[in-house]
Amino acid sequence: METLFNYITENEIFIYLLLFTIILGFEVISKVPTILHTPLMSGANAISGIVVLGAIILIRQTDPSNLTILIPASMALFVGSINVFGGFIVTDRMLGMFKKKKKK
Amino acid sequence: MFNLVFLLAAFSLVWGLRLQSNPESAKKGNFLASMGMGLAIFATLFFEIKDQSIFNNLIWILVPISLSALIGTYVAKNVQMTSMPQMVSIFNGLGGLSAVLLSFIELYKVSSTNTDTFFSYHITLIMSLFIGSVAFTGSMLAFAKLDGYRWSEKLSLPYQHIINIVLLVTIIIFSYLYFINLLDFNYILFILIISLVYGIFFVAPIGGADMPVVISLLNSFTGITAALTGIIFNNNVMLLGGILVGAAGTILTVLMCEAMNRSLLNVLIGGFSASGKSSKKSEDGDIKEISDSDFAVQLFYSSNVIFVPGYGLAVAQAQKICKEIQETLEKNDVEVKYAIHPVAGRMPGHMNVLLAEADVDYSKLIELDEANEKFTSTDVTIVVGANDVVNPDAIDDSSSPLFGMPILKVWESKNVIVLKRSMNPGYAGVQNPLFFKDNSKMYFGDAKDSLQRLSSELKNL
Repeated sequence: METLFNYITENEIFIYLLLFTIILGFEVISKVPTILHTPLMSGANAISGIVVLGAIILIRQTDPSNLTILIPASMALFVGSINVFGGFIVTDRMLGMFKKKKKK
Repeated sequence: MFNLVFLLAAFSLVWGLRLQSNPESAKKGNFLASMGMGLAIFATLFFEIKDQSIFNNLIWILVPISLSALIGTYVAKNVQMTSMPQMVSIFNGLGGLSAVLLSFIELYKVSSTNTDTFFSYHITLIMSLFIGSVAFTGSMLAFAKLDGYRWSEKLSLPYQHIINIVLLVTIIIFSYLYFINLLDFNYILFILIISLVYGIFFVAPIGGADMPVVISLLNSFTGITAALTGIIFNNNVMLLGGILVGAAGTILTVLMCEAMNRSLLNVLIGGFSASGKSSKKSEDGDIKEISDSDFAVQLFYSSNVIFVPGYGLAVAQAQKICKEIQETLEKNDVEVKYAIHPVAGRMPGHMNVLLAEADVDYSKLIELDEANEKFTSTDVTIVVGANDVVNPDAIDDSSSPLFGMPILKVWESKNVIVLKRSMNPGYAGVQNPLFFKDNSKMYFGDAKDSLQRLSSELKNL
């Protein structure tokens, strides 16, 4: 129990951040109407590609001769970025179809 | 300086998603979010890392990014709107795979270098490894199911749920062994393999009409892994992005479950088949078919018509002809609307995207409650390839597996015409008494062919 309390005191700001981000996330997303659920999903998908930041950090930290880490890390970057590029572009394509037509 | 860029990136992601709550501003929102992502990647490329120059391993970064930019763009530009659920599944799986690789490498690093790391750090890594693996293999199987590969429906084993629980317990035991055996990396390998298998078994028993729930749930898993990876790399933008995605997936999962009046647990267990042997009684009723010309004439002399699209419309790619009929009818002062059930199709909002692709103005799409108010004053309701979402048993028959699901009460309109390929039941495997009602008529055939016949008949009038 004491370790838990210590952990909380040490990481106070982080825990605040976590808490409020979760609330923020739910607030923002719950306002999206039904007709936009598919684009929301593919857009969210693209954002989950944010893991590529981790891959980039990892690659940058690694010694250039250490291929055991570089190869899988750049694979992670590769698959993650397909998600980013593909996700944003396809969402854009979909949303382009939702234009309201002017009444004649 | 780079902290400022990260802050800006985080703001763009949140504001971009906020703008996506309105069809008018959604495109801008998506653009803003992609800019946020771009900024975050830019900052990660150039911020100072201790003892390393900016150009360390740059080639290992630029090559994969440019390759995936090419592939991602190509796929995104060429995918059919009907295949959107498949594409979202694949991308989702790739996001999961990326997180799996990263946490695996990190675990390899910490267990081989023997650095002093916190217990919580390892726990986070293992959780990220596990959830990411489930998101990866689960999404790949979901893709196979959506794309209609036969083998994908046969992966479910007897006592599947017990097997799954055993797998989960094994993962917990191996994690424990990992800690008491001084971070022996071999245990991580076991955990990885079991997690990947668990992902397959997790999705295996779920199918058909429950796909929207699965896709949403897997989406939220990828978000959670991304957030966990953010904790590992101590990067707040990653954390924020992951949580946003997790929230989106969770909300959609809950909404989809509500739209079917089932609990998440019930969906995960693969509910429908468990209680699917009821309602034999209505099968002996008579069905009435309607001819091409009668159908056309009836529509022609109506004052308002509602289309109820379902997965059949998506499969047959019939959305464009639907729109053509709508235009012909509107020229003759027939009011046309589309009633969209929240779980119609194979992912949340699937029908809306298809109709948007066919240029149907989104103000013509009405949701469940509004549609149910409108049916009583509607002359003709045309059900195109939908079945379970218009089944009256959901209201009348407490023994039906569909009972309690909010549905479209199409039979309250003056006439119902059901377009269907055959008399086969829908995904829930239950017969639909709607077809035997006095005011309903059947029009058999592939949705696209049927609508094409109808369209040419209408133009001849």
